[in-house]
Amino acid sequence: MLKTFPKGGVHPAEGKYSANSTIEILSLPKTVSIPISQHIGAPSKPIVAKGDKVKVGDKIAESTGFVSANIHSSVSGTVVKVDNVLDSTGYKRPCVIIDMEGDEWNESIDRSSDLKKEISLTDKEIINKINESGIVGLGGATFPSHVKLSVPDGKKIDVLIINGVECEPYLTSDHRLMLEKTEEMLIGIQILMKALSVNLALIGIENNKQDAISHLQNLVKDYPGIEVHALKVQYPQGGEKQLIKALVNREVPSGALPLDVGTVVHNVGTALAVYEAVQKNKPLFERVVTLTGKSVKKPSNFMVRIGTPVTELVEAAGGLPEDTGKIINGGPMMGKAINSLEVPVVKGTSGILIMPFELSARKKENDCIRCAKCVSVCPQGLEPYLLNKQAQLEKNDKLETSGVMDCIECGSCSYTCPAGLPLLDYIRLGKSRVSQIIRSRKQ
Amino acid sequence: MNKLITISPSPHVYEDTTVKRLMFDVVIAMLPVLAFSIYFFGMGAIIVTLTAVVSCLAFEWLIQKYMLKKEPSITDGSALVTGILLAFNVPTNLPLWIIIVGSLVAIGVGKMSFGGLGNNPFNPALVGRVFLLISFPVQMTSWPVPTGFSNSYTDAVTGATPLNVMKEGIGMGESVSAIMDKIPSHMEMFYGHMGGSMGEIAAVALLLGFAYLLFRKVITWHIPISIIGTIAVFTGILWLVNPESNADPLFHLLTGGVLLGAIFMATDYVTSPMSLKGMWIYGIGIGLITVLIRVFGAYPEGVSFAILIMNAFVPLINAYIKPKRFGEEVKHG
Repeated sequence: MLKTFPKGGVHPAEGKYSANSTIEILSLPKTVSIPISQHIGAPSKPIVAKGDKVKVGDKIAESTGFVSANIHSSVSGTVVKVDNVLDSTGYKRPCVIIDMEGDEWNESIDRSSDLKKEISLTDKEIINKINESGIVGLGGATFPSHVKLSVPDGKKIDVLIINGVECEPYLTSDHRLMLEKTEEMLIGIQILMKALSVNLALIGIENNKQDAISHLQNLVKDYPGIEVHALKVQYPQGGEKQLIKALVNREVPSGALPLDVGTVVHNVGTALAVYEAVQKNKPLFERVVTLTGKSVKKPSNFMVRIGTPVTELVEAAGGLPEDTGKIINGGPMMGKAINSLEVPVVKGTSGILIMPFELSARKKENDCIRCAKCVSVCPQGLEPYLLNKQAQLEKNDKLETSGVMDCIECGSCSYTCPAGLPLLDYIRLGKSRVSQIIRSRKQ
Repeated sequence: MNKLITISPSPHVYEDTTVKRLMFDVVIAMLPVLAFSIYFFGMGAIIVTLTAVVSCLAFEWLIQKYMLKKEPSITDGSALVTGILLAFNVPTNLPLWIIIVGSLVAIGVGKMSFGGLGNNPFNPALVGRVFLLISFPVQMTSWPVPTGFSNSYTDAVTGATPLNVMKEGIGMGESVSAIMDKIPSHMEMFYGHMGGSMGEIAAVALLLGFAYLLFRKVITWHIPISIIGTIAVFTGILWLVNPESNADPLFHLLTGGVLLGAIFMATDYVTSPMSLKGMWIYGIGIGLITVLIRVFGAYPEGVSFAILIMNAFVPLINAYIKPKRFGEEVKHG
């Protein structure tokens, strides 16, 4: 029996068209727009101005607090301006815009491809390095990684969990990375283990990535303390709480964090970024991005510099298909639909999914027939039909007691609803109202 | 980009299940039952089913179009399901006009007066059935004898159901073993060779439908099994205590509407609870009330009443019986 989480879940069509496309380095864009807020927490503060010359890896915006992250230039060239640019949220946000000239890297970066296994930094130094390098959770949540590694006094972490699940349909960036950057990632995991002073790291991978599982199982023999676990193909297996439950059978209490049950979860992409930062002194300015879709000519995985407009990826994958009906930043279950191809790739961009027109429309809405399918698929044990109703009626106090804040927005309820109801839309609305109320209560 | 693209919040993919597909799966699951009924009762079964289906669809369409003034939604299949279930719950010699009245009550009172599909607290087909049972007790309890396919309709030869014979016999002080000699064997009951409402007689066909519904994931096993289990346990205890004045559990499961009710009526989405725990309570409740009515009540059969009574408790069950939330029980590894 494969390990999995105990309740709910769905199994959407996997559509991993790009699973066999090796990671290609995308040619450098002419101009990059690098948002100063690519992470959860306070936006960083630009430290460059119009006309400044920058090199690849130079810091261009500074973290403004504990929960914040530095931003580094992904190209060498001249800062054109700091201006508001449309990003994947659909809003205009401040970006540092840089015109590319050549590809000159900051001298401190080790550009060799030699594998550096020796970890010379101490745990404190590692955390500082990760903070300095602007590393955030690359699974999509973009939570600053150094925060997760700074364990508060009194908490004890005994296991590091590495998320290689990639339960989102279509996306394959983590899959390719586990196959092609395996040793770097494993050393990254060792660095994270050292930073947390734990002796055990569990890599969870969905069972549809057999090649990655067997490849890793062969290699981890040389990395004591790291184990690879195949997990049932069931969405949302990669949800943080679901993954912890599946791997170590601990339930993160409502409102608590993984570190309350002795665990920290990092994505495989983050582990690679940690390796590069700590061993090669290379800050986070590029990442693997999947460009895929049913009608895409050449579904691909690209190594992309942060700030590259999405259109460059689309062109490299054979251009925008004729029947494009929707462009999604992320996977089909939790990704955001974007309205322009000029949107820049950011630290949290794991993939761009192009949906054909016939798959872009929502299902026709009917009245709720109370079939209880939403209740049975909710991995958090909530009652989506009820939350939907309470949110529509703006019953905020009832929403709170019904557990709306426990919703992880995985979308399983909307996915499964035979009446085609936009359950998650209303639940999100209710959740944002309730979180406002909770915040005002604390003040 | 010169074409319009869609912007909407996630998720962006959907399961292909629709209300219509679910309803038509229920219809497919009922086909074996229909086939057995036609085999045993002949023309009567066809006439009753067609009348109920056509009048249910017609009333739904008329009410939506002219009273609620909205786009009729009869193609969703829910009125079709109600029509077939109403037919399954009446004898095959029931006069046409009574069936039409039953359909009007089922659709008009049972469903549309509450706002249509999804809003009715009671199972519409059962509302129609119980209305007819109370209003036309004579016609509703004259059961044609299953003779194999025949052209008889309202002129069919009638006889009592095994449950009737059992109830009367026990009332007269006869022993169960003596009564058993007068009624079909368990095996005959299993294949449906007994008097009764058109859809309740053939256990084999009902179980076939149950298997299909489970296979297509239209329903889960919880409600049917909790009902069947409760009836088996409750009647089993009574039977063990006094086998001469109580029928055996298998008799109770094979006769009357237990299987039809448990598989097709109690599992109605709209009128059953939302959580698994709730489904158990609901199923056990139906089982208990059914046996109470059968053994201690005035009616020989009580499945319809039991389901309607538990339907009334569903809002209460939904309000108080909640699924266990993730992270609710604080466990520290």
